[in-house]
Amino acid sequence: MDDLWQGMLAALRLIVALDADLFEIIGRSLYVTLTATLIASAIGLPLGAWLAVSRFRQRRVVISLLNALMGLPPVVVGLIVYLMFSRAGPLGVLGLLFTPTAMIIAQCIIITPLIASIAHQALRDLWAEYHDLLISISTSRLTRIRTLLWDGRRALLTASLAGFGRAIGEVGAILIVGGNIDHVTRVLTTAIALETSKGNLAMALALGLILIALAIGVNLAVHGLSRTERTPRW
Amino acid sequence: MVDLLPLTVTDASVRKGGRTILGPVSLTLSGPGTTILLGPNGAGKSTLLRLMHGLDRPASGSFSWAAPRDIAHLHQAFVFQHAILLRRSVLDNIAYPLIAHGTPRKAARDAACDWLDRIGLTAHANRAANTLSGGERQKMAMARALIREPSVLFLDEPCSNLDGQATAEIEALLQDASAHGTRLVMATHDLGQARRLATDVLFVHKGKVQEHAPATSFFTGPATQEARAFLKGDIVL
Repeated sequence: MDDLWQGMLAALRLIVALDADLFEIIGRSLYVTLTATLIASAIGLPLGAWLAVSRFRQRRVVISLLNALMGLPPVVVGLIVYLMFSRAGPLGVLGLLFTPTAMIIAQCIIITPLIASIAHQALRDLWAEYHDLLISISTSRLTRIRTLLWDGRRALLTASLAGFGRAIGEVGAILIVGGNIDHVTRVLTTAIALETSKGNLAMALALGLILIALAIGVNLAVHGLSRTERTPRW
Repeated sequence: MVDLLPLTVTDASVRKGGRTILGPVSLTLSGPGTTILLGPNGAGKSTLLRLMHGLDRPASGSFSWAAPRDIAHLHQAFVFQHAILLRRSVLDNIAYPLIAHGTPRKAARDAACDWLDRIGLTAHANRAANTLSGGERQKMAMARALIREPSVLFLDEPCSNLDGQATAEIEALLQDASAHGTRLVMATHDLGQARRLATDVLFVHKGKVQEHAPATSFFTGPATQEARAFLKGDIVL
């Protein structure tokens, strides 16, 4: 209990002091995870919609695979991305290892299946509702996908936020591909891991509380924005 | 308007869950006017409509229009028993079929505004579709179906849950569409409505077309025992 107090006090001190290092780390955490969430949403949401409106032989296999990939271990993803981008790896020439870009790529791989799977589940129900009408109007598959994405946008927000939540708290993959280099690739979660291993528990806890506050803040901000919509019930 | 008729259905049947729920049916629809499908609940009226529109696939047999099937489908519309509401405003619901087929947004919205005016829902243009009453929803669905000026319009008991006023408004829209050359094919079990609108009647019972006759001869002297009982108001089993 005493540690918790110490942590809260340390967190307060850091914030009140406008600690430059702290704000740099927060900024990098947000940059990496928000970018990864945007890219993963751009891939995962249309993929989920496409799965909802398409009927093909291997559909069940693809959906099962997607659900299984939701539980992809971040450490393994980190290791694979590391091998791809390491100097001897196939993409080594790009020189991306130990950069925020590599961290974004790793997080994209982790959360795209999650976002696609949640999107598919939400849009499957909407498609059941719309099916007869959209078939009757002879819409193209692209039009069906676009209609579902637009009309299901509130449910899809949840899918993206779930992806954001998984990525912002993730440490295994970004530690491996980013390397936790001060002023280059250090983010909140890797800093917490470092401070904990140094035995600096109060600082680790302070960073942890800030991380949680950040996640809550982003969720509140997104929900605040979406509440401005015209039709609250949808 | 593209001429899709005659529609010829040959020995078509529809199976669901391993059970034949319609057919085999054979029929021909041609000429202008309004075909009314009559019959008790569960007779297969909805399934027959869905088959002709291409929403249900025939398990056996076939049907063909005077045009290739995908062209024919583009010039048809369907009004469902319960209006399917897109999660959009009333205006955007009505404009949707035009936008889905490439009409610029502005022009589609203008056309939808004209329709809103015709169905008396201008004041509700920007409300979410699910805030409309039952009658208003069905009028919105009618406008959405008619906005692309279909050659053939299918209707599955569009007035089944509506009061007299709303029914009269829907029927006025139907007669107007018919006067402008849209062929109507409509299921109902409201005999009064059938008499008001029909030029010919398809009597459907137990998944089969029992009788297909011009309205006047059907209502004055139905050929089958079941149709006679149905017209008398007896319960047809």
